[in-house]
Amino acid sequence: MSAIAKPVERLIEAFSRLPGVGPKTASRFTFFLLRGSDNLSVELAEALQQLHTDVVTCQQCYNIADESPCAICGDSLRDATTICVVEEPLDVVALERTHAYHGLYHVLHGAISPADNIFPDDLRIRELVRRLEAAPVEELILATNPNLEGEATAAYIQRQLAGKKVRVTRLARGLPVGGDLEYADALTLSRALAERQTA
Amino acid sequence: MGREKLYRAEAVVLHRQDMGEADRLLVLYTPDHGKVRVIAKGIRKPSSRKSGHLELFARSRLLIARGRNLDIITQAELVESFEGLRTDLSRISYAYHVAELLDRFTDEDIENRPLYDFLLSTLQWLAESENLSLTSRYFELHLLDYVGYRPQLFRCVQCNDEIQPVENYLSAEEGGVLCPRCGEHVPRTRPLSMPVLKILRFLQTYDYPTCRRLQLRDAVSRELELVMELLLSHYLEARPRSLAFIRQLRRERQLKNKTKHGTM
Repeated sequence: MSAIAKPVERLIEAFSRLPGVGPKTASRFTFFLLRGSDNLSVELAEALQQLHTDVVTCQQCYNIADESPCAICGDSLRDATTICVVEEPLDVVALERTHAYHGLYHVLHGAISPADNIFPDDLRIRELVRRLEAAPVEELILATNPNLEGEATAAYIQRQLAGKKVRVTRLARGLPVGGDLEYADALTLSRALAERQTA
Repeated sequence: MGREKLYRAEAVVLHRQDMGEADRLLVLYTPDHGKVRVIAKGIRKPSSRKSGHLELFARSRLLIARGRNLDIITQAELVESFEGLRTDLSRISYAYHVAELLDRFTDEDIENRPLYDFLLSTLQWLAESENLSLTSRYFELHLLDYVGYRPQLFRCVQCNDEIQPVENYLSAEEGGVLCPRCGEHVPRTRPLSMPVLKILRFLQTYDYPTCRRLQLRDAVSRELELVMELLLSHYLEARPRSLAFIRQLRRERQLKNKTKHGTM
């Protein structure tokens, strides 16, 4: 690597620490920026700098935002009696895209996975319980992923809320739009059957 | 010349890790190849045909394509989902523990069919067990057998004398029980009470249907857990992580029970 100029080497090294980026891709990124117009490099540098100075965690829902409370928590038109619990900030984006949900959110920042050293205390679960105690809501929608880690996290939250007066719901599980019945696994299919609706 | 491009395998999913846009890296345990690491492409998309067949702790039949680096799953069909294990948080926590230990105690591409069968049995037991911690101790002790660390519980590992029914010592480094005379001179031992030694011997000697009938007092059960943790941590050179989660759930349950039965 000594044949390469130090700043170039440094950027390649930095890029290759990103998830999904190997040394080859990192070099490609670096040389693209090196050869390309100055604008992109400057834009990128600015964006990176602002990433940590101008982004905050909303102290109510723990989503990443421009300010705290975030735009969603601060919006008086939204239904404050419903909170939707999600694993990641990107899940909020996905739910917002539906335009079908008008309540508030709570972002856990992960799901329980002991083998990866992620325990309940590493997630924003205590904050959720405190939030519900401070301002009771009518419904809590557990929208963690429909996999084992997500189920375990949802079950753990339910356990923490035992005895509290709040209606706890879970996103429905069933067949994906555009899917093929013959490829569905028995677990999904049996749930789709159990939770079927009048046509 | 040349290996087949596709091969069939049955497998249990031990661990998963997100990779790239929508892929996952899976750690599988298989009967013919032992532990293998494969990629499941696109599995995080809801429309994936494979996702439901490759859940954590699920047993599936797979078709796998050899890749340059890692092999890639092309088809998956669920055989057994151990559903009883998925719907109960305590059972889930023990399943995490079992999967973590199996993952950390095995190396890739080393066939161990009896261990695969033992894993399947254990998952089934965990889905039904009335005493999860006992089931888990049975698994831990026999896992050590399968991977070559069977602890010596009947003779002193130093002087080879038969162990007497008194309080003895346990040494993870020496791989078993020490009589009181030898134990005094060996560093890093822990005392081992007779009831716990008896249970350990029983678990090591008899099959699961016999062992599951054991009724342990809380104190014995707790010491047993600590003894096994000592052995496991020694071989892993680290503490098993999932135990912390099991203990947290237990603590919270006890706390809840205490408050439920009024303040004293």
